[in-house]
Amino acid sequence: MKKSAHADPFEKARLDKGFGEMNDQDDPVVMLLRHKDVRKCAHNWKTFQSGAAPGRIVIPSEVPIRDTRQIPFELDPPLHGEYRALMEAWFKRPIEKNYQEKLADQINASIDQALEMGSLELIKEFSLPLQSRALTLLLNTPYSESDTWISWGTHVFRSEDDPLDSSKANILYDYIDEQIEKASQNPGEDLYSVLLASEAQGRKLSKEEVKGVMILTFAGGRDTVINAITNTIAYFADHPQSLARLREEPEIIGKAVEEFIRYFSPLTHMGRVATEDTQVCEHAVKSDSRISLCWASANRDASVFENPNEIILDRKINPHVGFGFSHHKCLGATHAREILKILIATLAEKVQSIEIEDYQENIEHWGEFQRKVGYDSIRVKFQGR
Amino acid sequence: MTKITFITSDNESITVEGHSGSVMQLAVQHGIKGIDGDCGGVCSCATCHVHVAEDYFEKTGQAGDIEKDMLEFEDNVSEFSRLSCQLEINDSLDGLVLTVAK
Repeated sequence: MKKSAHADPFEKARLDKGFGEMNDQDDPVVMLLRHKDVRKCAHNWKTFQSGAAPGRIVIPSEVPIRDTRQIPFELDPPLHGEYRALMEAWFKRPIEKNYQEKLADQINASIDQALEMGSLELIKEFSLPLQSRALTLLLNTPYSESDTWISWGTHVFRSEDDPLDSSKANILYDYIDEQIEKASQNPGEDLYSVLLASEAQGRKLSKEEVKGVMILTFAGGRDTVINAITNTIAYFADHPQSLARLREEPEIIGKAVEEFIRYFSPLTHMGRVATEDTQVCEHAVKSDSRISLCWASANRDASVFENPNEIILDRKINPHVGFGFSHHKCLGATHAREILKILIATLAEKVQSIEIEDYQENIEHWGEFQRKVGYDSIRVKFQGR
Repeated sequence: MTKITFITSDNESITVEGHSGSVMQLAVQHGIKGIDGDCGGVCSCATCHVHVAEDYFEKTGQAGDIEKDMLEFEDNVSEFSRLSCQLEINDSLDGLVLTVAK
């Protein structure tokens, strides 16, 4: 298998029974593995809710380290829709030309620097800075803020030895509290200020609600975007002919982005809490117990995707769930798609070849399943054109 | 050139012309409200849902299997629902009228 390949650990369980089981801090999870079940249960918010105790639908559960409800992520319809509607237009800004030009400037500079360095550790020296700088555009905050975010390291919540490091989470929460306070005293045109001026349920959003949106924006788009960038570059290292093809056929870049999201599935799964006794794949699910929607498994379901373990750059029909599905589908998807599109176009333009010099895979452990989601570290060498 | 008319949720009727590509792409190029085409046309986002005027449904035909699966969980689905990214523009669609789904 090539270095950049990501195996599908769920295939057997998906075919045999359709679900897997794992424990997480004594709050077990039934993982749904089939495309159809994942979509069906993602849509069925009445039976599988998001509005449980804050942190509980995240796996591993963040209940012990977080009281703030992430918004609109940890709400159910109809309230969910009211909050989400406040944010849709803001999170669509990445389709504007002006936004894309700024993003392209950032990505150009990142790639120029990588070419100058030659050999670099991709995550710390490329993907993390790129993700952080791009986030200043999404939040409409000064570019210099990204220095702070870069200094936090790759995981907002997770340290090397402890998956749920509350001291690390507090760095983010305290930072956000501070920014909200600043925006409230001196409103500007950043996301904090826009949210503070917004109304839902007939009143202004509270600072706690604004904090809930901001935590989601920071946490949801960090590891995921970093992994998507890193995995895409690792893929091009192993497949120089693909980079050459995208140089010749830039019109398929959009399809390639969707295919990378399907194949890499930067977020493995997301939980829901059952509101009643029910069943999935003929397996009993008790009220107040957890299921998860395993996007990564659904995206390799051979009943939907032909040759699911292959990257087909111009896959024409690609109903992947890499950005989730239904009401809660990723609000940051427009931003993420633009980052990847511009990244690929710029790599194709400027880079001749990429060589993987050394790497350590990041393997997640979910009960019986071990899944590669990206790399703990990966040293690569860029060769310019 | 093929003329296609979109009726948006605020009852505005907009007729545009195209000769190739998908109906979704044509709508996005002309900024038709309610057609986002987030995924670029690979049938994964369902943000290009339209209702085909009954008289034209024979010309567009039924949704494919994967497309039907996507529509299954959409609100406001009708028997004339299609994802416009899966409608290729050709001469036979000239005069097509589509109502953008809410």
